[in-house]
Amino acid sequence: MTLAKRIIPCLDVDKGRVVKGVQFLDIRDAGDPVEVAKRYDQQGADEITFLDITASHEGRDTTLKTVERMASEVFVPLTVGGGIRKLEDIRNLLNAGADKVSINSAAVYDPDFVRAAADRFGSQCIVVAIDAKRIAPNKWDIFTHGGRKDTGIDAVEWAIKMAEYGAGEILLTSMDADGTKNGYDLGVVRAVSDAVNVPVIASGGVGNLQHLADGILQGRADAVLAASIFHFGEYTVPQAKAFLREQGIVMREI
Amino acid sequence: MTTVAVLDYGMGNLHSVAKALEHVGASKVIITHDPALVRAADRVVFPGVGAMRDCMAGMKAVGVDAEVREAASQKPVLAICVGMQALMEHSEENGGVDCLAMFNGKVKFFGNDLVENGQRLKVPHMGWNEVNHTINHALWRDIPQNSRFYFVHSFYVDVADSQLIAGRSHYGLDFTTAISHDNLFAVQFHPEKSQKMGLQLLKNFVEWRV
Repeated sequence: MTLAKRIIPCLDVDKGRVVKGVQFLDIRDAGDPVEVAKRYDQQGADEITFLDITASHEGRDTTLKTVERMASEVFVPLTVGGGIRKLEDIRNLLNAGADKVSINSAAVYDPDFVRAAADRFGSQCIVVAIDAKRIAPNKWDIFTHGGRKDTGIDAVEWAIKMAEYGAGEILLTSMDADGTKNGYDLGVVRAVSDAVNVPVIASGGVGNLQHLADGILQGRADAVLAASIFHFGEYTVPQAKAFLREQGIVMREI
Repeated sequence: MTTVAVLDYGMGNLHSVAKALEHVGASKVIITHDPALVRAADRVVFPGVGAMRDCMAGMKAVGVDAEVREAASQKPVLAICVGMQALMEHSEENGGVDCLAMFNGKVKFFGNDLVENGQRLKVPHMGWNEVNHTINHALWRDIPQNSRFYFVHSFYVDVADSQLIAGRSHYGLDFTTAISHDNLFAVQFHPEKSQKMGLQLLKNFVEWRV
């Protein structure tokens, strides 16, 4: 008996539609989030992540409604992130049916927000998302504003701090790799996975199934997240699981 | 007509439990702590998400503690995650919290030095793990032995009376992931998030004839 590694399709959602850009450009429409999530659920995805990239206030209501619809039809864990700043935002998302929330910039501006969130809702539902960018060999900083602004904070130290503050999981995106389809930045995945005692999800850069395996075997990630390889039908979740199983990785059967 | 009351004491996400119960055929699902409605329901789900200190405080504030005891003496009750843990005497969480003490046992922390085959294991225990049925039970119907369910927790139940154990799992150590006592069944995992197998368990609960 071993805990299975997880495959997590990620839906970037803008104004109620799934989109996927290549390094934040060239956004392609990939469908209705609920339909896409249902497809992944049926395929045996272990979890689904929903990143709300809508900035507007009206967008938040659309997101809550979409999450609510999704949670009525999809019975795997659902993580929702994007624009979470207040405890009330978390409460609203959990009430709408999210199982976990992913906090990104708000954690950088106010680390105590993570502590307060974990204290109120429990670490199990608090994911801290980290956007890391390489600034020197084996050194990564946290970037905000879609990868444009260097905070000067070391990514590994930040991950350790966030786990201490109560994050139950780290969603680690490499800003260098994101959208490239050249694979995860395994250096940062490995450095963070080894540094913290909470699960780490590798994100950013998956272009083929070997990249998923590398994230787990070399990066030592507990879960691997990918978007476009699944959205545009290049691979299905069962194909990914079969491939990872061949490499000796424990996967959930459906 | 099966009415299920999902006990609401201000903790966690009850929407997904309710939706999953509706999905598997419960004719009416109400999220409530109103004693009259809980009493009138055919069966009761006792969910729990979050930290034990807040859960216990929330239960006592609205009287859910008494409702669980009363329901457990009368009709099918399914306790989930922290709901299962709350049935024990005491939890190590939040520096130590007294629980409902319906069963003898303690809730223990996995620890920060959990190891398997020389590899460190992360805590929380998060993801899909196998559940071994240690007894035959109506709630295991049509669920193959060692099927995977979704877990997310840092504390586990160490029950004193082994007669209560209905399921076990392994994560660095063997621990109890399901308990059964008369018309009460409790699980550490989240059936409402465990896809087909989880929905099957909830269906079994909705159809359970005690």
